[in-house]
Amino acid sequence: MPAIEIIGLEKTYSVGFWRKRPKLALKPLHLAVEEGEIFGFLGPNGAGKTTTLKMLMGLVFPTAGSARILGLDINDPQVKAQIGFLPEQPYFYDYLTAHELLDYYGRLSGVPGKDLPPRIEKVLDRVGLRDIRGVQLRKFSKGMLQRVGIAQAILHEPKVVFFDEPMSGLDPMGRREVRDLMEQLKQEGKTVFFSTHILSDAEALCDRVAVIHLGELRAVGAVAELTSGVQGKIEIVWQGTTVPAAIKALGAECHVTGDTVRAVLKEESQDMAVDALRREHLLMISVVPVRTTLEQYFVEKLKRAEQTAGGTA
Amino acid sequence: MNRITCIASNTFREAVRDRVLYNLIAFALLLSGAAILVGQISIDIEKLVVINLGLTAVSLFGVVIAIFIGIGLVSKEIEKRTLYTVLSRPVRRWEFIVGKFFGLAGTLVVNAFFMAIGVFGALLYVAHKFQAPDGWVLVALYFIILQFLIICSLALLFSSFSSPLLSAVFAFSLFVIGTFSEDLRNFAAMAAGPAKWLATAVAYIVPNFSALNIISSVAHARPVSTQLILYNTIYALLYATMALCGAVLIFQRRNLK
Repeated sequence: MPAIEIIGLEKTYSVGFWRKRPKLALKPLHLAVEEGEIFGFLGPNGAGKTTTLKMLMGLVFPTAGSARILGLDINDPQVKAQIGFLPEQPYFYDYLTAHELLDYYGRLSGVPGKDLPPRIEKVLDRVGLRDIRGVQLRKFSKGMLQRVGIAQAILHEPKVVFFDEPMSGLDPMGRREVRDLMEQLKQEGKTVFFSTHILSDAEALCDRVAVIHLGELRAVGAVAELTSGVQGKIEIVWQGTTVPAAIKALGAECHVTGDTVRAVLKEESQDMAVDALRREHLLMISVVPVRTTLEQYFVEKLKRAEQTAGGTA
Repeated sequence: MNRITCIASNTFREAVRDRVLYNLIAFALLLSGAAILVGQISIDIEKLVVINLGLTAVSLFGVVIAIFIGIGLVSKEIEKRTLYTVLSRPVRRWEFIVGKFFGLAGTLVVNAFFMAIGVFGALLYVAHKFQAPDGWVLVALYFIILQFLIICSLALLFSSFSSPLLSAVFAFSLFVIGTFSEDLRNFAAMAAGPAKWLATAVAYIVPNFSALNIISSVAHARPVSTQLILYNTIYALLYATMALCGAVLIFQRRNLK
């Protein structure tokens, strides 16, 4: 049974004051996320990521379609006790302290009163806010609020966690900590569904990703599958600062960094390039095929989608 | 039930932490000043002036607070997106609305309680002792609280579908029209044709605040009938419940974009 199953979820908004006209936010979306996965939901701003998440949370009502979480319909009240949600750029009741806010959310989630204090301490510790638990949130920085947001999403130990742009507003250290936390959640057997437009995070974390653009799903698969397209090029790295003339003659793009040289050239030139390095007695470090990065894949997909949309318009 | 209590207590805490109850200081200053002044310049009607002034101030302070907090109860949560982390939990939308209502109503009752102490303090200052008819002041205060319940529910109803500014305009207009609802009924009785129908319809739709205003009557130490207390209680509770149901019905269908 998938942890999240989206069956033709669709959303059209009515825009305009007097003459209402429909505006499609999400075309029928079909998606399944397995239990224990870290699933990345990728797309540029305005692609439909947040709309999808809001429909799953019951904040926005779908125009058509349905979704199931842990086998239960999203409208089933029992579902909400088993999910955690971090909205994009979260804002909380700033007159509360971090401890009071978590106490409030814990009670709303149905955490028994006696279990709440130790859980709050544990989760504050986990997100690195234990020392400032008594400070009002109005004094918190954006990064600290993001941590509070993560704490409230995992406080009640949900089985499925939804994060909308969880790295937004975090410094590199904070991003690293969130990535570690998401990996820990996966190790604990939880399913993590997160939306992002920061592709390096998705590449580092996700078992699978879905790419969405202009309200339409463009691709789904494991990061390795999506980026496995070999470009017909190889990358050779050797020690030194000189580029042999024979390699230059092969039309290689060479970059010297410190005492290493990195050359990218056509796959069929590999043997000739290796021979040239041997003749010059240069120490070879690596020879690897150049693969498409998630970013290249993403940009390529979006370009194609925009061309298709432009063609049909 | 626990979730409603949770939301209500958080709403109350918000009002306290946002220093809403600071209005009590202004009220205390106003009342003490008035009591001292009245004590010096009026003869035999000190009590009447203090009761009139005190209860009117309790009512106005409360109405202003009810409108200004009530109009933001839902719209502010949507605008600041605090609602997202509440409704993504096992909280039903109606529980959120009802919790907010009780939170605001609780704030106003506490506010009215402290103001009532002020009124009785001023009364004691000018009259030097309490008399049996002063008990009717408590009934007038109870009716003022019933007014607050109606205004809270109306502010929430407007807040569930319109902007804070429009909600304030709607709620305040209804308060003003409702205060003159008795005059509206009299006008309807005298009018003819479509004007009669229209005035009658409006008189029945707007809250009848004039029936809940017995300040002048208790200031003159006139007793209040049990029947009026009963009717006013039923009317206010029914009206507030209907407005709350309206707020819930609208909010249940609302997309939180």
